[in-house]
Amino acid sequence: MALLEVRDLSVRFETPEGEVKAVNGINFDLEPGETLGLVGESGSGKTQMALAIMGLLSENGRASGSVKFRGQELLGMGVGELSRVRGSKISMIFQDPVTSLNPYMRVGDQLIEVLTHHRNLKHKEAHQRAIEMLERVRLSDPEERMRQYPHELSGGMCQRVMIAMGLLCQPDLLIADEPTTALDVTVQSQINSLMGELSEKSSTAILLITHDLGVVAGLCDRVMVMYAGQEMELAEVEALFARPHHPYTEGLLHSVPRLDREKSGILNAIPGHPPNLLHVPRGCAFQDRCRYAYEACQERPDWAWVNDTHAKRCHLEVLPNGVSDHASPATDEGDQEEAS
Amino acid sequence: MKTTPSSSPQDAFEQALDTREVMGRSLYVDAWHRLLRNKAAVVGLAVLLMMVLLVVLGPMLSSWDHEIPDWDHYSSPPSLETQHWFGTDALGRDLFVRTLIGGQISLLVGVISTLVSLLIGISYGAIAGYFGGRVDNIMMRIVDAIYAMPFMFFVILLMVIFGRNIFLIFVAIGAINWLDMARIVRGQTLSLKNKDFVEAARASGAREAQIIKRHIIPNLLGVVIVYVTLTIPQVILVESFLSFLGLGVQEPLTSWGALVNEGAQELETAPWSLLFPAGFLAATLFAFNFLGDGLRDALDPKDRF
Repeated sequence: MALLEVRDLSVRFETPEGEVKAVNGINFDLEPGETLGLVGESGSGKTQMALAIMGLLSENGRASGSVKFRGQELLGMGVGELSRVRGSKISMIFQDPVTSLNPYMRVGDQLIEVLTHHRNLKHKEAHQRAIEMLERVRLSDPEERMRQYPHELSGGMCQRVMIAMGLLCQPDLLIADEPTTALDVTVQSQINSLMGELSEKSSTAILLITHDLGVVAGLCDRVMVMYAGQEMELAEVEALFARPHHPYTEGLLHSVPRLDREKSGILNAIPGHPPNLLHVPRGCAFQDRCRYAYEACQERPDWAWVNDTHAKRCHLEVLPNGVSDHASPATDEGDQEEAS
Repeated sequence: MKTTPSSSPQDAFEQALDTREVMGRSLYVDAWHRLLRNKAAVVGLAVLLMMVLLVVLGPMLSSWDHEIPDWDHYSSPPSLETQHWFGTDALGRDLFVRTLIGGQISLLVGVISTLVSLLIGISYGAIAGYFGGRVDNIMMRIVDAIYAMPFMFFVILLMVIFGRNIFLIFVAIGAINWLDMARIVRGQTLSLKNKDFVEAARASGAREAQIIKRHIIPNLLGVVIVYVTLTIPQVILVESFLSFLGLGVQEPLTSWGALVNEGAQELETAPWSLLFPAGFLAATLFAFNFLGDGLRDALDPKDRF
């Protein structure tokens, strides 16, 4: 049984302008210990989907469908029960580490509170565990850090604290919402390799939300590409980079700047803008920006499996260019993937 | 802080951290240590403590009573000989004792009314702000409705129904003052509840009550403290205004506000009857302001050194 089974998950927001369809019928499975990357432009519904899984949607939002965690339905679960799952079995890391920590509490107290709350540890034991965890995320001088306030730490240190907090209770699933967006590049790579390493050691599954394809290549086992709240393509990392089956994925890969190839100095962008989620077009959501669009695209394409592990939402059998020449960026992850 | 050589306050600080029993109280332990480093605040605190002691114990030092006139000395200036250290008023009552008795009433009114308004205001405002939506709407419209009631009318109504009573002053002032507090706290809570760390707390499994207690209220404290230090003097002044109209403290009992009023009328003939109560009142208000400033800085962890 998969660790997380998401079936037909949709998220709607009631706004004065009308209903915003932020997420539309997402399906995927996540196996224990697996890392799934969730890629898409800003506003493609990645974060809202994660919040829906955690039951953290804002008041005007409604989630429908089914999210089963170890066979247990999370949608519609009572707040009390949900707060036992959150932080202990599923934890989440947010985009901006500095504002995600309470400025009025010492770092140590915030870590300890998670443990005393979920694991009923004594203050002393919790303190010990928190220090061990800070050592594991390679924060220098953990004793001192425990005593400091968030504003005394740098952004990278705060994100390490957040990761430590997320992993304190050894959750089965860690949802990381663009964990490195707010950090500079060197810290980004440290944090990423740290997450990869920790998930391997503790067999924690990671749902990694990002718009950085480089991060995906380095860290993930599988990737899901989202656009306008719909899944566009789902594949193993290497297969997706080697041969995308959806024009949107192809566009995304093209728009990654590459020092070794482009000489013109102009980046390849996908023309146009993502659709307004108040009025999602009837057919394929990507048709207005797709250079291969034809009559069939007036109908919404079905979710079609190319092979056992590779699925797409596109009418085209093969992209006209045939085998594209996107060499997969070097991945240091082994091939330990299984079919979903 | 890392670079501070371990001096004795530093050691005391470390010790306080090791010995504290209740986890998570560190904000207050820290705040206390930061407060002690602020000279103006320490002076303010000392003045207030001395004022309380003096006001409570002082009347016992004098052989005079606050209501019985000394028939031999009307409007007499301060003198050690007659034991009227602050002089007497036009009716021959000892001003030293009257100032201290008045101080008891003023401080009591200031502190109790403020506490009442604090308690109601914080819980009301925090609930309205945190739950938002319809709850917020209904709760804040009730506040608006009470706001619309004329204060004097409200006090007079209370007096007519329940008769004159010092506790009615607490009730009346508290009942009006919590409205401001509720509005301030609600606004702060509204902005706080959408902060990332509140969502992060929820994501790590904290319950609503815990979030309000551990994340919302500590973050409100800075604003609330400053407001309290403004409210106490304001309440003391409102009380003197009520007394002046004959709705507050009644003779022979008195308060600083009432004493200042009497003194002001005799300014030319007996300046001491204004100077002493006014001095006490001013010193107390200053002390509250310094202490409030210090507390606000102490409660903000970003303002450490």
